[in-house]
Amino acid sequence: MEYRKYMCIVCGYIYDEAQGAPDEGIPAGTRWEDVPVTWTCPDCGASKEDFEMMEI
Amino acid sequence: MQPVVIVGTGHAGYAAAREFRKHDNTTPLVMVTADDGTSYTKPMLSNAMARGKAAAELAQASAAEMGEQLGARMITHARVTRIDAADRRLHFSDGGELQAAKIVLGIGANQIDPHLPGEGADDVLAVNDLDSYTQAREALEHARRVVLIGGGLIGCEFANDWVNAGYEVTIIEALDYPMGRALPPQAGAALRSALTGTGVNVVTGRRVTAVERDGERLVVVDDGGERHPAEVAVRALGLKPRTRLAEEAGIEVGHGILTDRRLETSAEGIYALGDCAEVDGLVLPFVMPISNAARALGPTLAGTETEVHYPVMPVIVKTPSCPIQFYAPPAGVDGAWHEEELDGGGIRGLFQDRDGQARGFVLTGPAVALKAELVKQVPGWFDNRY
Repeated sequence: MEYRKYMCIVCGYIYDEAQGAPDEGIPAGTRWEDVPVTWTCPDCGASKEDFEMMEI
Repeated sequence: MQPVVIVGTGHAGYAAAREFRKHDNTTPLVMVTADDGTSYTKPMLSNAMARGKAAAELAQASAAEMGEQLGARMITHARVTRIDAADRRLHFSDGGELQAAKIVLGIGANQIDPHLPGEGADDVLAVNDLDSYTQAREALEHARRVVLIGGGLIGCEFANDWVNAGYEVTIIEALDYPMGRALPPQAGAALRSALTGTGVNVVTGRRVTAVERDGERLVVVDDGGERHPAEVAVRALGLKPRTRLAEEAGIEVGHGILTDRRLETSAEGIYALGDCAEVDGLVLPFVMPISNAARALGPTLAGTETEVHYPVMPVIVKTPSCPIQFYAPPAGVDGAWHEEELDGGGIRGLFQDRDGQARGFVLTGPAVALKAELVKQVPGWFDNRY
């Protein structure tokens, strides 16, 4: 299954499953569902519910 | 049962409403706004052109949709003229009244207006919400040249976005370099050359003295006597928190509406957050602090007193030609910036006080990757005091 991208609808930061968020302890390849619910957007602090999957 | 009333439907108001509903789904909720209550996010205004988005596409939900999602009664196009703080009663310009169990003021900030002389002065636009952004985009439809009065964060973000869309952009900034208040010299110079590289005409050390009109065109005149003709002029000279409503209600105000760390003002049961609020001495008109404040206000409104927690949150500047992240040292701290240009490109700047403690930082270009490392070296907002 290929990796997907999710965009923060507040500030436009993009979470790419292929890259994860290593700075925040989320290794590359982490599926969006497996990103902890307490994780917030590194750029603006929005929560996961403020992200939308990006259509490829 | 008296409702919780939230005044303002910007990020502050809607975030507070959503966090409140996570903890209390039964207490009636009323949201009041002076505009049509459309939900949108302000950061997205700064790169809408680059993303090929028309203003209308930035609207995320209507007031009606938000009301349904939040279980809230929406009162749009309503102007609160007065608040009786003692019994938490709101008075509206149409004569209506509303009593609340709790009031949340998320009323934002006014843009600093220098009241410039000249026939064109009234046509200078100022953008601080979706409506005014829509107006600016409509004006830009028929324009080729635009002058941005003020080269701070917003002036630079719009300049970068609009120049990339083919406009001839001029920034007129009073200080020596763009974002002169927030950035140290090397980072400021990097931003200046990056903007200039994209084609922006960056004019610094100049104040605007008048905005004249020459037929269809405006002419922005600076104190060096230089004349900058343009079809559109936008001022971006900073924000002043809206405090009048609170002040006239006898609520304590400073630079913003004063609140403690539970976001409660001097009037019991009346809270404030966002651009209008001065939370324990801090006015932080940025999305991340407001999201954090809303996360604390939600439970507090639902009865569980919760203090806001501000982790170290650098401000992200959306200037693609020169990405910047900065964490401003508190005003008045005695110390100095130490900037260095990194091999991989970009600037890493650290502000250290006299004891050598890091109190602020700036990262530009590729150096923004060092954010996680620098975030650990500086105190959180509340502890990073003068």
